[in-house]
Amino acid sequence: MSETNEILLTTPLDALHRELGGKMVPFAGYAMPVQYPAGILTEHLHTRAAAGLFDVSHMGQVELTGPGIATWLERLVPADVQGLGLGRTRYSVFTNDQGGILDDLMISRLGEDRLFLVVNAACKQADIAHLQRRLAPGLTLTVLADRALLALQGPGAAAALAPLAPEAQAMSFMSIRELAIGGIKCLATRSGYTGEDGWEISVPANQAEKLARLLLAQPGVKPVGLGARDSLRLEAGLCLYGSDIDTATTPIEAGLAWIIGKTRREQGGFPGADIILGQLRDGPGRRRVGIKPDGRAPARAHTSITDESGNGLGEITSGGFGPSVDGPVAMGYVPAATARPGTKVKLVVRGKPMDAQVTPLPFHPHRYHKA
Amino acid sequence: MSQTRFTKDHEWIRVEGDIGTVGITDYAQHALGDIVFVETPNPGTALVKGAEAAVVESVKAASEVYSPVAGTVTEGNADLEEKPALVNESPEGDGWFFKLRLADAGQLAELMDLAAYQAYLKTLD
Repeated sequence: MSETNEILLTTPLDALHRELGGKMVPFAGYAMPVQYPAGILTEHLHTRAAAGLFDVSHMGQVELTGPGIATWLERLVPADVQGLGLGRTRYSVFTNDQGGILDDLMISRLGEDRLFLVVNAACKQADIAHLQRRLAPGLTLTVLADRALLALQGPGAAAALAPLAPEAQAMSFMSIRELAIGGIKCLATRSGYTGEDGWEISVPANQAEKLARLLLAQPGVKPVGLGARDSLRLEAGLCLYGSDIDTATTPIEAGLAWIIGKTRREQGGFPGADIILGQLRDGPGRRRVGIKPDGRAPARAHTSITDESGNGLGEITSGGFGPSVDGPVAMGYVPAATARPGTKVKLVVRGKPMDAQVTPLPFHPHRYHKA
Repeated sequence: MSQTRFTKDHEWIRVEGDIGTVGITDYAQHALGDIVFVETPNPGTALVKGAEAAVVESVKAASEVYSPVAGTVTEGNADLEEKPALVNESPEGDGWFFKLRLADAGQLAELMDLAAYQAYLKTLD
């Protein structure tokens, strides 16, 4: 993919990013800010200390409606969608017949027959086609292309939102509701991708800049780019689709068994259920683990993981420097027998084996809102 | 009397006698962003001109630093191990990478002087 000849899409906040000095880079076909003048390190630490505002409008927003929509969606995901309460949000994945992951997504229940999905930018066309092809008569899929998505994340997010939307305070983690923020009608979930308390806010595109300016005007709120979004989610041990999970990894290998609903474990009925439920019963051959290098050198994605004798174990899928950990952090896949925390491994960085060990995830403790 | 020369890869070399000090320019540190790790070459390492000599990593990615000229490494900047951010704070001062004994001072003539480097920067993006 050529970066110079590519026509990039822009989000409704494009002008604001440029005004704020955002360094724009191509990402999933969009021009997105990787950082602002403060830089990734400062933006990361600010989000953990106060609140960061992220533009994630490149992600896909989809509404599914119609009688029996929850039952229908269960054919494509291992989540218990029927059991998802009104106003609740759940993390899930689309699986394929081999038990691999087509994308990860958020599913929210807005009504008995109304679901709201948020999917990855790079997968959204494929996801929409995947849903559309299988849509039963009487069901409707609407791509909410005229909506932006902002994420307000950090321990200061609640205080920043309080004067603009008092009702937000009472929301529990992984819930969704319509919320007027400074008079702008939004749809907000209390969730995020940083390991911190926060909200993801869906807003009409023509109101997005007004909302972003309103939030940025609150004490403690600063703009944060995709660079810090990646280091924050890595420290939080959260998967990045296309790196840590893809069509060649199953939810069980990825450590996502918890997303498979109880009734779904008993009844299956989602793509690849035989393979996924078999791994759930017998244990997977390999597992996604946290890996912490002993030294200071970061180990990036695709770094080889070996045992102490140099025998290949697997590969790093995400790795870099964790600003809050103040050291390198990584995730990767190793055989189940070597997945126990404390297991010593080597990472081959620039041809040299470096000491590292399997480490429990997350690297930085989650601080989600507890009601 | 010292002279500073620059490469198209944004390294600088300051030469006093037959010892050259090598680092990356302010333009390079700014483009890389927050630097979190630096690996410098061991003393005694023989480098040819353009050889990979050091590694610099930002939060985003790893990059190589090439030797502007041939020579033998006399010293790596040990301060960068504990404080890689020195490269951001003082790229052309305390954030130097390594020193080397020049094999052929004539190679310096192939590098840019400050005026030529500044003109070169204007041609970039």
